[in-house]
Amino acid sequence: MATEILMPALSPTMTEGKLSKWLKKVGDDVKSGDVIAEIETDKATMEVEAVDEGKILSILVPEGAEGVAVNAVIATLGVEGETAKAAPAPAFAPKADAPKAEAKAPAAVKTEHHEIAEPSWGETKPTTVREALREAMSLEMRADPDVFLLGEEVAQYQGAYKISQGMLDEFGPRRVIDTPITEHGFTGMAVGAAMNGLKPIVEFMTFNFSMQAIDQIINSAAKTLYMSGGQMGCPIVFRGPNGAASRVGAQHSQCFASWYAHCPGLKVVAPWSAADAKGLLRAAIRDPNPVVFLENEILYGQTFDCPTSDDFVLPIGKAKVERVGSDVTIVAFSIMVDVALKAAEILAGQGISAEVINLRTIRPLDIATIVNSVKKTNRVVSVEEGWPFAGIGSEICMTVTEHCFDWLDAPPVRVAGLDVPMPYAANLEKLALPQPNWVVDAVKKII
Amino acid sequence: MAVTQDKTAKKNAKKPEPSMGKDELLQAYGTMLLIRRFEEKAGQLYGMGLIAGFCHLYIGQEAVVVGMKHATSEGDEVITSYRDHGHMLACDMDPKGVMAELTGRSGGYSRGKGGSMHMFSREKNFFGGHGIVGAQVSLGTGLGFSNWYRGNDRVSLTYFGDGAANQGQVYESFNLASLMKLPVIFIIENNRYSMGTSVERATASHDLSQNAAPWGMASLSVDGMDVMAVKAAGEIAVAHCRAGKGPFLLEMQTYRYRGHSMSDPAKYRTREEVQRMRAEHDCLDAAKKLLEDMGVTEAELKKLDDEIKARVQDAADFAQTSPEPDEAEIWTDVLVESV
Repeated sequence: MATEILMPALSPTMTEGKLSKWLKKVGDDVKSGDVIAEIETDKATMEVEAVDEGKILSILVPEGAEGVAVNAVIATLGVEGETAKAAPAPAFAPKADAPKAEAKAPAAVKTEHHEIAEPSWGETKPTTVREALREAMSLEMRADPDVFLLGEEVAQYQGAYKISQGMLDEFGPRRVIDTPITEHGFTGMAVGAAMNGLKPIVEFMTFNFSMQAIDQIINSAAKTLYMSGGQMGCPIVFRGPNGAASRVGAQHSQCFASWYAHCPGLKVVAPWSAADAKGLLRAAIRDPNPVVFLENEILYGQTFDCPTSDDFVLPIGKAKVERVGSDVTIVAFSIMVDVALKAAEILAGQGISAEVINLRTIRPLDIATIVNSVKKTNRVVSVEEGWPFAGIGSEICMTVTEHCFDWLDAPPVRVAGLDVPMPYAANLEKLALPQPNWVVDAVKKII
Repeated sequence: MAVTQDKTAKKNAKKPEPSMGKDELLQAYGTMLLIRRFEEKAGQLYGMGLIAGFCHLYIGQEAVVVGMKHATSEGDEVITSYRDHGHMLACDMDPKGVMAELTGRSGGYSRGKGGSMHMFSREKNFFGGHGIVGAQVSLGTGLGFSNWYRGNDRVSLTYFGDGAANQGQVYESFNLASLMKLPVIFIIENNRYSMGTSVERATASHDLSQNAAPWGMASLSVDGMDVMAVKAAGEIAVAHCRAGKGPFLLEMQTYRYRGHSMSDPAKYRTREEVQRMRAEHDCLDAAKKLLEDMGVTEAELKKLDDEIKARVQDAADFAQTSPEPDEAEIWTDVLVESV
């Protein structure tokens, strides 16, 4: 009986990859542990090892194929004389024209949601969030010699999530700096450099690790301007993936929006689209204050239309209405914008018109955009993947209550991640994170 | 508890040629005396209720900052912990501005918003004044990083106590500075007690200068009660850093005469121990004796003392007459307003 060799998932967020090289050919014997192929994921090039022993009976996916779905059969393995069973239709469709796997628009993002485009930024091109972040850093580093990037694996490894890919080559080791695994130390060092006038970009491999350094972010970066009577500014950006990725467990799946947004002296930004990522990261780097820039790992590979203009920058502190509606306001940020838009689509099918606000910045909060919307729709639902208690949703609900209570036709409702550490099991993890139907249910409770 | 300072200091300290001539020593003596008198006055104002909160006096340790000041140049950065008044005065910051910050007045260096532990002067390259034990060590490494990044020849003087020497980020910083060869002089002011816990009770390795060894960092243990020994060691460290050889660790064997803060009952050491240190190792007494040997007269020293007392009194007067910050100040300096 032939054994199927499947396209492996080599990272928690990988859904497809490029089969860049076969190291075995039909007829070769393989032992378990032999490297049989190389695969390029959204993060790195990885080797695929054989699990079983036998002879390669067939190779179903040719070298160089892109967009090969995880779990597609890529080869079969069996004993001498055995024939490959009728190869199933390959689960991938070779895309001769597609320049890159990541240029494919993910199904989750529907272009009609971009009907409210960025005003006056001209030409756009499909861009992944990953590319947008890289472009933002590179553009700012070209323009300002005081800007540099440091963090774990940002240089020679090309970034744990490939955000900084190629930047070491362009900017050299003085400006793209690999640090040891020493968050407390390198964050303090970067804050000290910022106090002396440099403009560091600190990459946390994930914001979960920023807890090792949170004293330097809060006590040193955020408070020193005030404590020094305005003398010691700290122009620094702390950036990296925040929140849940996929199946990485409780210590690596936490949203820090509420934690950092609590503290005066910090700005907190959470982009959703590629345009958000590029425009807001450029603004964050230029900002004379410490900015916590919360990215999302799952969004890194997603493609959006993004302005190409060299001058493109977005203001910190301004939300964006992603979808216009009249019956209810749904306020979300980061990947939850996606959930909110999907919910709005479902609601539209049921005759309910939802307005979706992408906060973009958590602190300072764009109260005006929220309040103007709620005055029109008279209802509000907040959506976040972080925990509900003292979360951003609590702040949205209170803000609305304070500013437009008389316009409300129903109590504000918040949708949030479940109040538990993130479980590992696939079914439990799915239960813990807000889904579009949670938002739909929340809306229907108040309409 | 035995004070082991003499043994270690004599073993390691560099005491060859005098590192200062008469004029320079007189100047150093003046700065040490200014710090002593300033701190005595601060203690007095605290007792009168004019200074509140935490107030950590530097009395006894003056030779450390003054000796290092004489080993460095304009433009070198200084950063320290919350026991920071002496460092500011050694950086030539105005005693009026420092004292007015202690009293929480608008004439203070932080316009009354920082207090004893949080004062800064960009003009004098003094980067604070930090209240989280050990945090300034990483920040000071960042000051050294900025000099490395810019390719200038400045060094960062990063001060911390024997208590902070047990914090993890100190060793993260040692590693980073050694790895990147950053021009940072790490200065442990070992005054024997982290608050009420003696070095022997807090630190497994009793010779803190040896804590540089795992990172291949050069280090010296120094008699921190001798201003000329401090200067001589400081010059070695500064030359090492300016030559691009990376960081340097100086362990200053010193002693504070007063409590950890104003509210310290000081039950962890005997009165006799403090008296012995004051009588036998005081940095001002030692410098004064040297100056007299060099021919400086009693009258000259008296005149200097009077001038300093007058300066400190001026500072105290200013600190009491400078108005409290305007109430609108509560909302300023949270963020830099974007241009």
